[in-house]
Amino acid sequence: MKKIVMTAFFLLITTQLCAAEPVKIGMITTLSTKAGYLGEDIRDGFTLAIALEEGRLGGIPVELMVEDDGRKPEKGKQIAERYIKKDKAKILTGIVFSNVAMAVVPKVVREGTVYLSTNAAPSKLAGKGCNPNYFSVSYQNDNLDEVVGQYVTEAGHKSVYLIAPNYPAGKDHLAGFKRYYKGEIKGEVYTKLGQSDYAAEIAALRAAKPEAVFFFLPGGMGINFLKQYAQAGLNKEIPVYGPAFSFDERILKAVGPAAMGVKNGSQWTHDLDNPANVQFVKAYQEAYGRMPTLYAAQGYDTARLIGSALKAVNGELGDLSLFKAALKKADFESVRGNFSFGSNQHPVQDVYIREVIKTEGGYTNKTVKKVFMDHVDAYASECTM
Amino acid sequence: MLLVVEQFLNGLQLGITLFLMSAGLTLVFGIMQVINLAHGSFYMIGAYVCATVTAATGSFLLGLLAALPAAALCGMVVEFIVLRRLYKREHLDQVLATFGLIMFFNELTRIIWGRQPLYLDVPVWLSGSVELLPGLIYPVYRLAVICVGLGVALLLWLMFAKTRLGMQIRAGASNRDMVAALGVNIKLLYTLVFGIGTLLAGLAGSMAGPILAVESGMGESILILTFVVIVIGGIGSIRGAVAGALLVGLVDTLGRAFLPTLFRLAFDSATADAAAASLASMAIYILMAAILVWKPKGLFPAHS
Repeated sequence: MKKIVMTAFFLLITTQLCAAEPVKIGMITTLSTKAGYLGEDIRDGFTLAIALEEGRLGGIPVELMVEDDGRKPEKGKQIAERYIKKDKAKILTGIVFSNVAMAVVPKVVREGTVYLSTNAAPSKLAGKGCNPNYFSVSYQNDNLDEVVGQYVTEAGHKSVYLIAPNYPAGKDHLAGFKRYYKGEIKGEVYTKLGQSDYAAEIAALRAAKPEAVFFFLPGGMGINFLKQYAQAGLNKEIPVYGPAFSFDERILKAVGPAAMGVKNGSQWTHDLDNPANVQFVKAYQEAYGRMPTLYAAQGYDTARLIGSALKAVNGELGDLSLFKAALKKADFESVRGNFSFGSNQHPVQDVYIREVIKTEGGYTNKTVKKVFMDHVDAYASECTM
Repeated sequence: MLLVVEQFLNGLQLGITLFLMSAGLTLVFGIMQVINLAHGSFYMIGAYVCATVTAATGSFLLGLLAALPAAALCGMVVEFIVLRRLYKREHLDQVLATFGLIMFFNELTRIIWGRQPLYLDVPVWLSGSVELLPGLIYPVYRLAVICVGLGVALLLWLMFAKTRLGMQIRAGASNRDMVAALGVNIKLLYTLVFGIGTLLAGLAGSMAGPILAVESGMGESILILTFVVIVIGGIGSIRGAVAGALLVGLVDTLGRAFLPTLFRLAFDSATADAAAASLASMAIYILMAAILVWKPKGLFPAHS
């Protein structure tokens, strides 16, 4: 009900402000397919920031257009084209998946549109492929694995066993972990993308006797793996670690007790103690009746960053270089606390280890330790801008 | 050595699940000559209903008892509304229509249950592990799945070999016009066969629920393997489905489990892992190709 009221309220405001020529923001995101909840949360986080300012960002009226890319690179490209050619949008954002981002972003930024990433941040766009028109507000893909690598080393685990799906992102994420992990690697297994039964891998893992396990298995794959790992009784013997992607509140609901106590890496948790975050978590729960996820926080931060820059240029997008300079200052209160942009326009931020706990509202995470302070990604030095 | 036994059991368990899926599919394919791509949807429906009822009542058995008729009923309704119009059409039309059904059911589950994957855990009395041999620890639930699968295989065999219904189904498979001419209600028989097939899919789905993520689209990943099974086993043959399912389950599992170790003897670790991962995911397709070269109609063709 609240959602409907909010949308109605929103529509009303957008129509009212049409005369004032609002700044158009084009969001390309994944709303359908089973990964659709990721885009839903990004959109909801973003919309919340606009709603809290009653249709404005940084005091400037904005119009948010949202389209579903269906997780298909081709479709993402078409939507971007329409936003730029037909709607004359200067700001695009919202892509969830790296493969869609790789199809859309390089072309869009080359043609002079500003793109702000709310999630996907492949290494190719952080290093040699960096661009003055491209900002990643979320992270660089490897960050959440690097932090786990560092933590597992610090925790004194002498050997690990690695599992990821056999596709480029799987290899990237394991590479991120290995960059900071100093111990022995007992096994590095690449499974079929979308595999559902991990019994064979779990049996081989048990036989290899590692001291810890690190996995990157996004979506349903991670749910399957964690459930089967617990059913094999291994969660009591060998601790398992992973990046935040398998531990958002929605996935935890499906995994249940099998994920209890698992430590995972993230740049944000709902319990981070700063005023912006407290306000965000409260407002999000009131508006949508559920806990915000990592993705919602990224959407919200992106909107507020855009707001800060719009305010600085007073809504004037005629000269984009001023707008970009304002974006680069990152002059906004991030829900993550520390936030600034590095030389490749990727975040320089703190990265945490958090732990899955159970509360009255269900399973969620609590922050355990700040592992990286002002962490810079590994590709920044390759970027010449 | 113990690891080999354990992986063998894992392969057996995958094979059993595949058998439950392919038994239904091969029946429909063999008897009605219909390619039903939407078979995976009934697997999904089984899992969803089982998860919902289990969550509401707290009993996995009740969930299972609700899931089976639900899947069978959905199957019979689909047969009545959609497939009946397709028996005389070309295979391409059937593929298109049943592919459409996949999308319909995926979207329907999203509308009813939302995008959030459902939670379904192993019932308490089947949780935990047993030590089968000294040092060989195996989850009880997976053993239970193996037992149920073997039981169903036995029941199916009894039904086909010993009952009048089984005789009619076998007759319908070899010459449907003659069976109809002899006064058997072939339409009803088809609906019934389709119902049995989807019931088995629902059973496979509800038993997979506690192991896997219960989510929209979960049927597609197993559907591909199921098709490999019935092509290997011979279309329309239950015996072929048993053999094909066990073969595919074992080759897939043992390939995933031991190829990396084998490759590491020959190459350095990174190359070995990458090559083994690729080869393991191809293994069943290589197997299928090899068998088709040797026996183009599959291992136990129904109409030989």
